[in-house]
Amino acid sequence: MKRFKVIAAAILVSGFMGGAVLADGGHDTPLPPKNDWTFAGPFGTFDKTQLQRGFKVYREVCSSCHSMGLVSFRNLAQPGGPGFTEGQVKALAASYKVKDGPNDAGEMFERDGRAADRWPSPFPNKQAAAAANGGAIPPDFSVIAKARSYSRGFPLFLVDMFTQYQEHGVDYITALLQGYSDDTHGVEVPAGKYYNTFYPGNVIAMPKPLNDGQVEYPKGADGRPQAPETVAQYSKDVSAFLMWAAEPKLEQRKETGFRVILFLIVLAGLFYFTKKKIWSRVEGHH
Amino acid sequence: MSGHSNYVPKSAFGRWFERRLPIMGLIHSSFVVFPNPRNLNYYWTFGGILAFMLVSQILTGVVLAMHYAANVDLAFNSVEQIMRDVNYGWMLRYLHANGASMFFVAVYVHIGRGLYYGSYKEPREVLWILGVIIFLLMMATAFMGYVLPWGQMSFWGATVITNLFSALPGVGETIVTYLWGGYSVGNSTLNRFFSLHYLLPFMIFGVVALHVWALHVPGSNNPAGIEKKTDKDTLPFHPYFTIKDAFALVCFVIFFSWFTFYIPNYLGHADNYIEANPAVTPAHIVPEWYFLPFYAILRAVPDKLLGVLAMFGSIAILVFLPWLDTSKVRSGAYRPAFRVFFWMFIANAIVLGWLGAKPPEGLYVIASRLCTAYYFAYFIVILPLLGKIERTLPVPASIAEAVLGPSGSGSAMAAGAASSPNSQG
Repeated sequence: MKRFKVIAAAILVSGFMGGAVLADGGHDTPLPPKNDWTFAGPFGTFDKTQLQRGFKVYREVCSSCHSMGLVSFRNLAQPGGPGFTEGQVKALAASYKVKDGPNDAGEMFERDGRAADRWPSPFPNKQAAAAANGGAIPPDFSVIAKARSYSRGFPLFLVDMFTQYQEHGVDYITALLQGYSDDTHGVEVPAGKYYNTFYPGNVIAMPKPLNDGQVEYPKGADGRPQAPETVAQYSKDVSAFLMWAAEPKLEQRKETGFRVILFLIVLAGLFYFTKKKIWSRVEGHH
Repeated sequence: MSGHSNYVPKSAFGRWFERRLPIMGLIHSSFVVFPNPRNLNYYWTFGGILAFMLVSQILTGVVLAMHYAANVDLAFNSVEQIMRDVNYGWMLRYLHANGASMFFVAVYVHIGRGLYYGSYKEPREVLWILGVIIFLLMMATAFMGYVLPWGQMSFWGATVITNLFSALPGVGETIVTYLWGGYSVGNSTLNRFFSLHYLLPFMIFGVVALHVWALHVPGSNNPAGIEKKTDKDTLPFHPYFTIKDAFALVCFVIFFSWFTFYIPNYLGHADNYIEANPAVTPAHIVPEWYFLPFYAILRAVPDKLLGVLAMFGSIAILVFLPWLDTSKVRSGAYRPAFRVFFWMFIANAIVLGWLGAKPPEGLYVIASRLCTAYYFAYFIVILPLLGKIERTLPVPASIAEAVLGPSGSGSAMAAGAASSPNSQG
C-alpha cells in the first residue's frame, strides 16, 4: 500500500510537470518522424563527419539567407564539435571579408576574417533581410534546433522524461526540409509562398532549399561520396550540425552528467547503509 | 529556537566566544540535540531539501548575474554567451533553470505533506502562514527569473501576467505602470525584474529563518499527528535525522541531475529560445509548469477581475486553512473520509495543471470551471463540514505507541538511544 502510494505520487507529479510540454498542440500537421541521432541518449556524441557534412550544406546553401550570429569560426575547432583543425578554421575564416573599424583615421575598413570572428551574416540588417525575402526575415540559426519543437501529446511526453527524447527540434527540421510537395492537399498557397507538410499552417515563406546532388560530399577511399547526396541525407546532416550549433557543450554535458549521477548513486548507497546502521539502534525502525 | 541549552564548548576560545555570542549553542540546540518525533517519514525530508535548493539557487544565481546583462538588446545573447563561452556556464544556467522547477517540485511535496498530516493545525498556524508567504515570494521570484533570458515566452508571459493587475479597480493601471516602469513591457521592466529577482531570494531566506524558528517552538508535526510528550517519542536531530535528510537529499539531487544533464530543456518551452519580439505573438502563451494550476483557475473565470481574484484567492485561502479545517484529529492517517477528498484534491490540482497548458476553449473551459469549483470547495465546504461529521479512527496515545504498538511503548529504547547518540557506529 505504501509503495503503491509512492508510485502513484510519482506518476501524479510527473504528469503535472509534463503538462507544460503539452502546451503547443492543436495544429493538424503530421508528427515529424523520429530519426536515429548519434547525439541522443545518455552517452550521445556528435558524429564529426556528419557535422562536417552538415556544415558544408549550411555553408553552401542555408548561409546565403540564414545568419548564425552566435557561432564563431573558432567554435568549429572546439572539442565536441565538427573537429576541424585550427589551420582549417584559420583558412576558412580568411576566405571571408569582415567589416572592422573604425581605424585611427576614423574609417571603417574590410579585412580578412579571423578565427575569433562571428559567422558573417548574409544581410547587413533585418530590414535588408526582410526586403530580400518577400517580407519574411530568415531566422538566425544559432539556437534554432532548440527553438523549434512539436508536441508529442499524452502519454508520450511522459515517456520522453525517462527515455531522454530531446530531439524534437532536429526531427522537426529534418522533416521540414523534406516536407515540400507540389500537391498542396487543398491548402490555398499565396504567390511567393510554398506548401510544406510539416510547417504549422502548411504555408511557408522559404522555397524548397535542397535538391538531390546539390552539395558535393567528400569522397571515401573508393571514390564514392561518404554519404548519399540526397535531400534526405542533407536534411539529417544539416540538422545534426544545427543541433551542435545550438548546444555546442552537449557532449561535455552528457559526459559530466554520467559522472555526477554515478557519484551520487554511490553516495546515496553509502548514506543509505549508514542510515540503516544508525537507525538499527532504535526499536521499531529498520 | 528551543531545545536544551546545556551546550558547553570544548575549547577555551569556544567558551570565551559563547559567553559573548551563543550562536554555537543555538545551532547545537536546534540542529544537534533537538528532539524530533521518531516516526517522521520521508515526506519530512523535503524541508531540508528546500533549504538546499534555496542555497543552490542563490549560489548559481550569483555567478550567473556576473555574466548576465539586463538590457533588452543584450539579455538574450548574454544568456547564450553564458551557455557557450563561460566555463561551465551551461551547467550553471541549466542548474539554475531546472533548479527552479526542482524547488517547486519539493515545495509542492512539502505543502502536500502539510495538507495531508494537518501540519497547519494548532499550534503551528504561524509556521504555516510563514510557509504561504515563502511560497508567494517563490512564485514572484520564479516569474521574474523566467523573464530575464528575454525570449518570446519571457516577454509574452511578462506581458500577460503584469496585465492582470490592470483588472484591479482604481489602482490597477498605476500598479501596472510601476511594474513596467513605463507604458509597455520593455527595458525598464527587465531592469527592475532583474533587481527584484536578485533581492527576493534573500527575503525568502529571511522568512525561511522565521519559518524554522516557528517550527522549533512546537517542533515538527509527525505522521501520527500527535504532540511529542516524553523522551520515548523523540530522537535527537543528529545523527538520526541528519543522516536520513542527507540520504533523501542525495536521492533528490540525482533526480535534479537527470533533468540538468540529460533533459535540460524538457521543462522549458522552445519559444524561449527565440529572442523576444513585441511584434510577434506566440501561438500559445503558457507559463512554466508550476504556475499552470493557478493559470487554469485564472482562465476558468469569465470575468477578468474575478479571474485575477480567484487566482490570488486560491493561494490566499491557504492562510485561513488552520481555521477552516474543523477536525479535532490532525493526521489524515486517522481520517478515512478525509483521505478520499485529499487525494481528489491532489488529482484535481494536477488536472488543473494540465488544463492550464490547454487553450481556453470548449470542454477545457468547462473542465477548468469544475476543477476550480472543487479546489475552493475543498477549503470552504469540505474541510469545515468534514471535521464535524466524519468518523475518525482511534489515534494512538503517544508517538512511541504509534511506532511500537501499545505493548512496546513502555520500552525505553528511543530514550536510551537519545542519551547515547554516539555509542555505536
